[in-house]
Amino acid sequence: MNTRTGEFWSGVRAELPILVGTIPFGLIYGVSALSQRISAVFAQAMSGIIFAGSSQFVVAQLINATVPVAIIVVTGVIINLRHILYSASLAPYTRHLPRRWKVVLAYLLTDEAYAVTILHYRTPGDATHRHWYFLGAGLALWMTWQLSTAAGVFLGAKIPAAWSLDFTLSLTFIAFVIPVLKDRASIIAALVAGVGAVAAYQLPLHLGLLVATALGIVAGVGIQRMRKAE
Amino acid sequence: MNLWITISLIGLMTYGIRLSFIALAGRLQLPSQVEDALRYVPVAVLTAIVVPDLVYHNGALDLSPDNARLIAGIIAIGIAWRSRNILLTLIGGMGILWILRFAFHLP
Repeated sequence: MNTRTGEFWSGVRAELPILVGTIPFGLIYGVSALSQRISAVFAQAMSGIIFAGSSQFVVAQLINATVPVAIIVVTGVIINLRHILYSASLAPYTRHLPRRWKVVLAYLLTDEAYAVTILHYRTPGDATHRHWYFLGAGLALWMTWQLSTAAGVFLGAKIPAAWSLDFTLSLTFIAFVIPVLKDRASIIAALVAGVGAVAAYQLPLHLGLLVATALGIVAGVGIQRMRKAE
Repeated sequence: MNLWITISLIGLMTYGIRLSFIALAGRLQLPSQVEDALRYVPVAVLTAIVVPDLVYHNGALDLSPDNARLIAGIIAIGIAWRSRNILLTLIGGMGILWILRFAFHLP
């Protein structure tokens, strides 16, 4: 049986390649928030309270543009709507956990933590302590986000944009997705989602991502049904 | 003061979205069709995040061979396919991107 600490550190390790891209993203957020005439303490507080990079970027811009509060709130929340998919997708695996675990894990649920955690939950084997893996991945990302935004906000630290370290997120996700494209339905789901995301890219508030994901899911389910009917 | 209320509201609602199904799952059983559909979430959402990052350059669609991210991304897909190794995909993809950027001056 996998131990709690074993699962926890596996989660941290799995998150490491993603963190290479998180650090420059956090630094850029910090520096850009300050350039929007937001106080350092406030910019850091956003990282703790909202804890969602793209949403924080946009909210900082809207605050600077003195947009009405209601619009800032709606915009900031809509950008984070995709997390509902992550929550639904992980829910069957966290169902048995006590409430104190659920409230903590939900706070740590980001794109980056979701990606490694769901893949781990889906691998066969002993699943007794897999919530510790989720916790490890989530905390690794949380710590990195808080520290890198702090470095950007309080020290003005930067990594040259020419290094393109943000590209590591896409590369890591490629390495995650390719090995799980084992059946025709998954491949079609990925293709449709990818093409859909390109077509819907211009939609505001990152809604293209939600639309494309929905299209991919529908395509995957459709193919699966057809194969069953054959 | 207003600003603190603003980010607290966003934070609370974002947290509510994250907690939604995780909290409800103990109380209600999702229909099997929905659980079936959720199988495709990771593949669909990760692909939908990656592909635009490869093909859009400064907000414009760029499918030309001069697009360094697109080329590096395609090669990384090949590396991932053959090796099934995350670190190798990461190093290979970044290596190609840097070569294209710094040696061939591609955007």
